[in-house]
Amino acid sequence: MKKFSTEKGVVLPLNRANVDTDFIIPKQFLKSIKRTGFGPNLFDEHRYLDKGEPDSDNSARPLNKEFVMNQPRYAGARVLLARENFGCGSSREHAPWALDDYGFRAILAPSFADIFFNNCFKNGLLPIVLDKEVIDGLFAEVEATEGYQLEIDLDAQLVRKPTGEEVPFEVDQFRKHCLLNGLDDIGLTLEDSAAITAFETTWRTKSPWYFTLSN
Amino acid sequence: MSSKTLYDKIWDAHLVTQRDDGTALIYIDRHLIHEVTSPQAFEGLRLAGRKPWRADANFATPDHNIPTTAAERRAGIDGILDPISKIQVTTLDDNCKEFGILEMNMDDIRQGIVHVVGPEQGATLPGMTIVCGDSHTSTHGALGALAHGIGTSEVEHVLATQCLMAKKAKNMLVRVDGELPKGVTAKDIVLAIIGKIGTAGGTGYTIEFGGDAIMALSIEGRMTVCNMAIEAGARAGLIAVDQSTIDYIKGRPFAPKGELWDQAVEAWLGLHSDKGASFDKVVELNAAEIEPQVTWGTSPEMVVSVNGSIPDPAQEQDPSRRESILQALKYMGLTGGSAIKDIKLDTIFIGSCTNSRIEDLRAAAKVVEGKKVAETIELAMVVPGSGLVKKQAEEEGLDKIFIDAGLEWREPGCSMCLAMNADQLGDGKHCASTSNRNFEGRQGFGGRTHLVSPAMAAAAAIHGHFVDVREL
Repeated sequence: MKKFSTEKGVVLPLNRANVDTDFIIPKQFLKSIKRTGFGPNLFDEHRYLDKGEPDSDNSARPLNKEFVMNQPRYAGARVLLARENFGCGSSREHAPWALDDYGFRAILAPSFADIFFNNCFKNGLLPIVLDKEVIDGLFAEVEATEGYQLEIDLDAQLVRKPTGEEVPFEVDQFRKHCLLNGLDDIGLTLEDSAAITAFETTWRTKSPWYFTLSN
Repeated sequence: MSSKTLYDKIWDAHLVTQRDDGTALIYIDRHLIHEVTSPQAFEGLRLAGRKPWRADANFATPDHNIPTTAAERRAGIDGILDPISKIQVTTLDDNCKEFGILEMNMDDIRQGIVHVVGPEQGATLPGMTIVCGDSHTSTHGALGALAHGIGTSEVEHVLATQCLMAKKAKNMLVRVDGELPKGVTAKDIVLAIIGKIGTAGGTGYTIEFGGDAIMALSIEGRMTVCNMAIEAGARAGLIAVDQSTIDYIKGRPFAPKGELWDQAVEAWLGLHSDKGASFDKVVELNAAEIEPQVTWGTSPEMVVSVNGSIPDPAQEQDPSRRESILQALKYMGLTGGSAIKDIKLDTIFIGSCTNSRIEDLRAAAKVVEGKKVAETIELAMVVPGSGLVKKQAEEEGLDKIFIDAGLEWREPGCSMCLAMNADQLGDGKHCASTSNRNFEGRQGFGGRTHLVSPAMAAAAAIHGHFVDVREL
């Protein structure tokens, strides 16, 4: 997994509550059997005026000029500023894959849906929960200042504003450790192979009916 | 020993290790696989030179991309006209062969929506931990299992280690007491719950649904309720085991038999929250007050009674909520303050992991029997949840009732619930749908979804607009 230490970049404000995973990456792009290449179709139904298909030439498609992402001032955004319950809906990991592929490294919101939140950490993408008032303030600042950037310091657990003001955030310490070091979950779990085997042996004796799936 | 909730009991029974910060390794008994969220996980295994930890804990069936017309299905895999969809389904077949995983492929009569097939085959059992790369895995909680959706990285993790790395969620109890009025169904209960607590109301919780109105539901009705726990933000929803659960499982292909069956039943009957168990949050609803529900917006929480009206954004004081209502009304092409019954419908979809089981089809058939679909309805389709549901329905003559009334009778799959196959809702079209999500574009680009029960969808098909199914 990609390491995350300190990231700095332009902030894209997506002023909309309950952004669901269909909004982040529509279903037709889920037919891909790869993990990469979803960036051009991030927020597809709002970013373009036509309906995209997996084989569309995205560079030739008409852009929705009204969608915030298409405003030149937000080009190359690395930090996504969002509203309540971001990432609700399906479990598709294609949602964080698309955000990552586009270039986002962190998402700031008052709340996230559970499965999406969890999926972000598996992909080196950092979701940060901040109080609604802080998020409201950031929306106002981003919209008022062209080229507004934030620095995200995971080790110090701080969001640094252009003024130098620092906003602290909470993060699960184990997930932080994995992100900072780019650790692979599977490798870590397999270090506990003996414990898994021991559990399984006892469990099989106690509840053999869970081990009967065969044709 | 202190009192435990049902969730506490299943969690504790599956705890392999736990770190000081609460991060745990939880053993997974059953892993369900479909074609959309698994190819990258199998590829990850291959790249790392890993094998499934326990191949016989997994079973797979393709559902999301599967065509639903009889002509396409007769051609087997070649009936999938979209080459990208075809690759995805073929990839699942190949991966299952390579890694020795049981698959009910598209030509197998047992194939269907993974959340319909699991319980139907007895692959879902009480007290299990069950995961799948699909958020509607919460469905299986209806049988007293701890079941939830996972992402593709976790699909790979479960394949490789038989465990999930997780932190325990909080406990929520949603109690629905009282008697459900005639014509009001499990779907209306769960939509009413979501309307009350909101789509983020269950975030961070496992929801146990209880109370006499829940326990009076059939197992299929309980599946409808648990299916939509995720629409309330909770990854997992579950319901205590009772005699109905045991009766439902008995004799199913993968259910234990003989002496093992007796031992299992004894263990399963203890799968309920203890008296005095403490919940972090309790929500109560009175079943007698629930009416048939219809969603009007682009989030499942945007729901009212069929006799209600669409909210007027001018009446909403909270600016963020007002903005959400305005965005939803714009997308839906609806006006605040207008009546639900005045919404003109173009399409009817009866199906999905929420409502495609035999009881759902019976309820819909009962409403349309001897009647005709309104002329203004452009497409009305019934998509059974599995090959075996389809067979059962045909044995009962339900297919003929639907066809005579002017509805299309299709082959099993996810179909227009998320429109990954050819079954797509048209741009700007309004659909009465028995599925679970009314997000923008969910059923097709520009499509406008209204979530309802099977009986309500069937009644809407006949009238061309929503009617109160209790008045028929």
